[in-house]
Amino acid sequence: MTQTRSMLLNVGPSHPAMHGVIRMIMELDGEKIKGVDIEMGYLHRAFEKMCETVMYTQCFPYTDRLNYVSPLINNVGFALTVEKLLGIDIPERAKYIRVIMSEISRVTDHLTCVGASAMELGAMSVFLYMIKAREFLWELVEEITGARLTISYVRIGGVKADLTKGFADKAFGKIADVRKVLIEADELLSRNRIFIDRMKNIGKISAEDAIAYGVTGPFLRATGVAYDVRKSNPYLIYDKLDFEVPVGSTGDNLDRYFVRMAEMEQSLRIIEQCFQQIPDGPIAGDLSGVVIPAAQMVDRAKMGQTEDLIEDEVNLDPTLQGSTRKYHDAINANKKDVVLPAKENTYGNIEGLMNHFKLVMYGHGIKPPIGEVYFPVEGANGELGFYIVSDGRDHPWRVRVHPPCFPIMAALPKCLIGDMMADLVPTFGSVNMIAGELDR
Amino acid sequence: MKPLQRVQEQFSADIIETHAFRGDETAIIRPSSLLAIAKFLKETPELDFNFLMDLTAVDYLFYAGGRIQKEFRFEVVYHFFSLKHNHRIRLKVPVDEKSPEVDTLCNLWASANWYEREVWDMYGIKFKGHPDLRRILMYEEFVGHALRKDYPVNKRQPLIGPQN
Repeated sequence: MTQTRSMLLNVGPSHPAMHGVIRMIMELDGEKIKGVDIEMGYLHRAFEKMCETVMYTQCFPYTDRLNYVSPLINNVGFALTVEKLLGIDIPERAKYIRVIMSEISRVTDHLTCVGASAMELGAMSVFLYMIKAREFLWELVEEITGARLTISYVRIGGVKADLTKGFADKAFGKIADVRKVLIEADELLSRNRIFIDRMKNIGKISAEDAIAYGVTGPFLRATGVAYDVRKSNPYLIYDKLDFEVPVGSTGDNLDRYFVRMAEMEQSLRIIEQCFQQIPDGPIAGDLSGVVIPAAQMVDRAKMGQTEDLIEDEVNLDPTLQGSTRKYHDAINANKKDVVLPAKENTYGNIEGLMNHFKLVMYGHGIKPPIGEVYFPVEGANGELGFYIVSDGRDHPWRVRVHPPCFPIMAALPKCLIGDMMADLVPTFGSVNMIAGELDR
Repeated sequence: MKPLQRVQEQFSADIIETHAFRGDETAIIRPSSLLAIAKFLKETPELDFNFLMDLTAVDYLFYAGGRIQKEFRFEVVYHFFSLKHNHRIRLKVPVDEKSPEVDTLCNLWASANWYEREVWDMYGIKFKGHPDLRRILMYEEFVGHALRKDYPVNKRQPLIGPQN
């Protein structure tokens, strides 16, 4: 008499295909997956707890580390939530800058996801091409924000610095380069027999199941549901832009691949439109003064030599370029209790210095009214929502982030059960799980 | 008709308070009526809340430095979204400190499963009828619930391996 038992196979937490650290305990019958238990939390860094201990502006560096493939979208989401709590609006130019940076991030995120899942199926060259394209875009991000990953670029009420001179032309060049890479990748993958055999009809999920699990983003759109926060709740200036929401039909891995590829093209279109529409902003007349180093300006102000100092422009660290008085009002809301003053004012006169200190000193800072808000933005993986409760003091009482990966990971066993063991790798790759965001 | 108004009409006795701060429609409801209201939100055609977008909790111990006293220490917060009508609503359920327990929504929305596990992990609020209420982010041997306000932010615990 023979007896059959299912086998337990442990994948992860440290496994090359696990995209970070996550553990899956699979129950196998031969090579068929009968059950999956997902164990997460290996990258838990207490994001929500830490945010309760710092002031609102100090949360931005933590948000960088949520989805570390597209950190700018996290910054934008958090800033928009706090702005909703405060009830303020930001200048048009800052909105365009935020959209441009979000869409660049979305493309880098999709490039990473598609490239990595292609690599896991053996297409190493596609991965290298896509990382090359991501590099083009990160150079753009680096030029504006001064960093590649830990950018902390967005501020409550605006952004840290304006776009640099000639940035639009440079961006158009890079977009053309990225398009070339996308065509190359498309030629290598979309009609590739091996790739299609591994992806088609694998990791399927129905639209009803996806909705029941609260799945959003490309994962949901691949099942044929055209839900995109940018369309349903057009924040910033998405209502002025012309873009499509690509949808799939079957909800398998191949559809998710096609949706991501189509979305990258749409994001590039959005960036191009933004550069055509972006207003120059109300630059308050060119200043007649000279450019002097910051230290010299501080020294002169300390000694009381403030005559004509108001005319001068300060020479800043490159990462702060564009936050001088000339650009300040175009990219920041006119709210003294929220936005730091222009650097010349901080260095050169006492009112600006006091304003600066009132915002950065412990116990002062931004104080929203008592209340609670939830604000969703479209992250690269789906709806990224922040829920903030304020008690009227300078620290948030509660910051909750709704990470788009979380419901997808909850739904993953639904996709996997019934497939072969080897299908775990492409299915999990198409989730684009980001452990920083999942575990917070 | 706005969803909040519709819920108010149907369940006027079970709603403690409502507000729409910055346009976010919110109803604070009695814990006993949670299942009925949730079912109503999901199954009424003109509401049709097919997404349970987010589920979390808030600890109001020493709220605003102790200046504001809340009757109950915790609140479980639900964010619902309707794809068809593109509207949202927030439900809040006050939970007592002594016996923190509310009904599970697992049978209505599958997404509630993991969210409720997270709330149990971080706040120690139990969900009655949950099929698999284990910790999700922390390990089973972890003592306490990390997001409670009386859990010190700098407290360290040695990582203890599994019992076997």
